[in-house]
Amino acid sequence: MNRTDALDMVRESIASVIPDADVTALGPDDVFRDVLEMDSLDFLSFVEVLSERSGVRIEDEDTSRLTTLSGSADFLVAQMR
Amino acid sequence: MAEFTMPSLGADMDEGTLLEWLVEPGDLVHKGDPVAVVETAKSTIEVECFETGTMTELLVEPGITVPVGTPLARIGPMTEQPGEPKEPEEPEEPEEPEEPEEPEEPEEPEEPPRPGKPEKAGKAGSPAEAEQAEARRPVRHTTQRGRPAEPSPQPERRPAEPSPQPEPGPVSVSTPSAPSAAREHIEAGPLARHLAEDSGVDLETLHGSGPGGRVTRTDVEAAVAARAAPRAPRVRASPLARQLAAELGVDLATVTGTGRKSSVRAADVRRAAPGPSAPPAPAPATPVRPSAVRPSVARPSEDRAAAMRQAIAGLMTRANRDIPHYYLSTTMDMAAAMEWMHEHNRRSPVGERLLPAALLLKAAALAAREVPELNGFWTDDHFTAGEGVHLGVAVSLRDGGLVAPALHHADTLALPQLMTALKDLVTRARAGRLRGSEVSDATITVTNLGDQGVETVFGVIYPPQVALVGFGRVVDRPCAVDGLLGVRPMVTASLSADHRATDGAVGARYLTVVTRLLQNPEQL
Repeated sequence: MNRTDALDMVRESIASVIPDADVTALGPDDVFRDVLEMDSLDFLSFVEVLSERSGVRIEDEDTSRLTTLSGSADFLVAQMR
Repeated sequence: MAEFTMPSLGADMDEGTLLEWLVEPGDLVHKGDPVAVVETAKSTIEVECFETGTMTELLVEPGITVPVGTPLARIGPMTEQPGEPKEPEEPEEPEEPEEPEEPEEPEEPEEPPRPGKPEKAGKAGSPAEAEQAEARRPVRHTTQRGRPAEPSPQPERRPAEPSPQPEPGPVSVSTPSAPSAAREHIEAGPLARHLAEDSGVDLETLHGSGPGGRVTRTDVEAAVAARAAPRAPRVRASPLARQLAAELGVDLATVTGTGRKSSVRAADVRRAAPGPSAPPAPAPATPVRPSAVRPSVARPSEDRAAAMRQAIAGLMTRANRDIPHYYLSTTMDMAAAMEWMHEHNRRSPVGERLLPAALLLKAAALAAREVPELNGFWTDDHFTAGEGVHLGVAVSLRDGGLVAPALHHADTLALPQLMTALKDLVTRARAGRLRGSEVSDATITVTNLGDQGVETVFGVIYPPQVALVGFGRVVDRPCAVDGLLGVRPMVTASLSADHRATDGAVGARYLTVVTRLLQNPEQL
């Protein structure tokens, strides 16, 4: 998976959890959890979806790296290498 | 004959708008079945019925707003054939003569009562309702979209509307999916057989919707129509769903029904509709999150937000005026709980992970069981203990506002179950799909503002409850551990309690129990 694919996957996962969110307006370094006002349940759903789509098991400890689009994409790319 | 009345769905509700019927006259209903969708100022709620019987008459049309206590429908005794749920039969083309040997639907002996006798409306017991009775305002007729129409002194049926008594369900038709008893042989009258032969329909393939699984003329006709397919096979759907489907150009057959017996409800149609399906709302004056237009919200979101604000304002004013609150707080060491939770999460599939909120809620529920003085209601100058611990969970809605639906028997749920129930409850709260019992049953409420980053919350009690528990954010803090300075995850738990019902000592005991429970997370 290249970084572009990873970014798309992160955006799609966010969109599936918060259907009304405008993910295209998110900057790569925006803290999306704050921007979209995701609560811990939303964020957990996002982790579930992302984990399912990527096949990467995401532990609680990893979630601190999933705060921005680019951080999440980097994490996915690193895990799948 | 029982009446199904507009329920009081929380102390802040004095009227509600009937949005949709989920049943039709003639349907068998069981206690606890959702039968109608009601919109209050705060949310859209599926209302369960409290009787088992047959819906004999729907008294209030969708779109009408009536005060709490107004009869919405009448429920008669069960009249169905043994073992066969009564379905509305052959409601299509009712003008045609019935097949002679088709059993007639039992005639309802009672004369159709006039709906909405005003003196009945406020009869229910609680003081809140009595208050409303005094201040009862004239019933507003509103359209489907919630715009006020001309006022009318009492709920009444539109004159043009035929009585539903003789013809069950305005547009429905016996559906192929109607349950039927296992059939050894095909029951069908001569007319049905004749029709089937003429049109080349195999009776064996039909699902009889008549009594005892009997194949009726309508079944045959439906089969013919389905085969010819100029129109979609009949789908079980509520009247509002049909109307919406027509308006939005949605084919009902393509919609997955989530209602009773998989019937399609308005919300399902809206979900299936292409594009934003909320009625064209006026552009919001202020920038709001895109989610402000929720598909399930039937009235423009601005009105809705204003109505919710008013409802919250009214209730909280009353709470602050009437309830002498006292406040306590304590900071709890969450190290054991967090460690246990992370360990659980490492061993579990991602879908079964827990959040700190699940542990906090469970501890709050168990403590409420242990300190029952805080679990219940203050009404008529005395305390009544709740039957079971139904934990109200404050859920903030995406487009503003707040609801606090109940997790029933939260003290008895294992953590994974509680987590699942919590996810479901929050999802439905935000989609406007709560049940009536969920919005009215809570015995104690928990607000967890940790996600918003605050460390302490002192809440206002949700009347007539007597306590509100607040949790802040789990945050690493320096603290003394075994005589040394350590860094531990800590959370501040607070309690707002009604001083009429309890004194500080009881509240202190409650927080002590919560703290103790969280030190032994494996026992939660």
